[in-house]
Amino acid sequence: MEDRPNTDRLSTGAEWEPLIVAFFCNWCTYTAADLAGVSRMGYDPNVRVIRVMCSGRVDPQFVLDAFAHGADGVLIGGCHPGDCHYVEGNYKTLRRYHLLKRMLRDLGIEEQRLRLEWIAASEGEKVSKTINEMVEQVRALGPLRLSRRFKEWDAELASLEAEAQSEEVAVHA
Amino acid sequence: MPDKPKIAFYWCASCGGCEESIVDLAEDILEVAQAVDIVFWPVAMDFKREHVEAMPDGSILATMVNGSIRTSEQEEMAYLLRRKSQVLIAYGSCAHTGGVPSLANQFTREQILRYVYEEAPTVVNEEKTRPQPRHQYDGTALTLPEFRGLVRSLDQVVEVDYYLPGCPPTPQLLKQAVSMLLSGNLPPKGTVLAPDTALCEQCPRKESKPIDLRITEFKRPHWTQIDPNTCFLAQGIVCMGPATRSGCESQCIRGNMPCTGCFGPTSRVKDQGAKILSALASPIDAREPEEIEKILSGIPDPVGTFYRYSLAKSLLRAKVTR
Repeated sequence: MEDRPNTDRLSTGAEWEPLIVAFFCNWCTYTAADLAGVSRMGYDPNVRVIRVMCSGRVDPQFVLDAFAHGADGVLIGGCHPGDCHYVEGNYKTLRRYHLLKRMLRDLGIEEQRLRLEWIAASEGEKVSKTINEMVEQVRALGPLRLSRRFKEWDAELASLEAEAQSEEVAVHA
Repeated sequence: MPDKPKIAFYWCASCGGCEESIVDLAEDILEVAQAVDIVFWPVAMDFKREHVEAMPDGSILATMVNGSIRTSEQEEMAYLLRRKSQVLIAYGSCAHTGGVPSLANQFTREQILRYVYEEAPTVVNEEKTRPQPRHQYDGTALTLPEFRGLVRSLDQVVEVDYYLPGCPPTPQLLKQAVSMLLSGNLPPKGTVLAPDTALCEQCPRKESKPIDLRITEFKRPHWTQIDPNTCFLAQGIVCMGPATRSGCESQCIRGNMPCTGCFGPTSRVKDQGAKILSALASPIDAREPEEIEKILSGIPDPVGTFYRYSLAKSLLRAKVTR
């Protein structure tokens, strides 16, 4: 993700745009996103949709990895409770989501950066509404840009490496 | 007689338990000492940094570094030992994944220094004196290592060849690692020198883990009468076993305490905390948000529990807005 145009624009200092990674379940939300497209409903272009077979497939690692690679927000879309194609998948998602949200808060990531929505296959409009809403919320929060922050954190190492090497030279001189 | 292979041990931000675990080899340490020359081991032997600096690069067969990296001095030693060693081994949880010290990555350097030198209940420091990296005293320049903004694992500072996990690693794993080094039959670089399965696989209580686990409540171990024969998760006690590598001989479990995760994740897992989060939350026996929250309130500190030994090596590495 770091090499994608969106992030490049960030690094050149051009105006920042929120980047949202969306995990949509194959049976409901992805189909709804398809419907939104076919029905020519517009939504903000800040979202990168990843299709998964079930919202239950969204390992919390995926969410952390998305943030670590530069996402400003993560959206998970699944079938309404009771409608999961795999019966229990979305309930597992819901339970993990509650714990993950709490853990993210403790790790300094604002609550609105992670969102779970139940969107049925017929709810194309809800896809567009949810995405637009989330883009606005994340825009208001400002950039997270962890990939850039990690580099800033590690700048202190580069300074020492140089210093250690020059000291090494001095010792041998 | 040809020279014996050279081995070194060093410690960075650690508690001393890893050093203790080397001594725990007991009589076997004599065998090790016969097979190798220990050329550097500050805790036990009188060699100085200048002795290491005088050695040719790559002249040490293997160095085992324990402890995480917090100060510039520890970084310097990591660079130095990396250069002098053919094989660098991260020894113990702190060097491997950041360890308990890396929980400090939830706070800024300023928060830590202010607490330790000004606010801690046992501290009297009216002038608010803090250690300075450079200070002039009586015409002499005194220096102290820099205190870095983050705690790091060894491989976040220098290249690491192998990892010996654990808080601390077992003497058994150390013995295996030494004989592996001496045999010259080395596994691929980056290997963690312990079995690559979850602890549950080797758990003596494995048979009592329900196939359809349902968690109705999380109990704290110190508030609970723990059944010594039943799976901790089945008793509602947070056990890191499902997300933790085996190889520890289930010592905590045998002591009737749950796993806290010191062996780090298996090779397929990037983030131990996220994995245990998933394993614990999914089987919660509730479908309504309020009920789910109520059950989850039994885990008051998810970061400290799930990343007890691995915050530095987690995907987010730290509290990102500190």
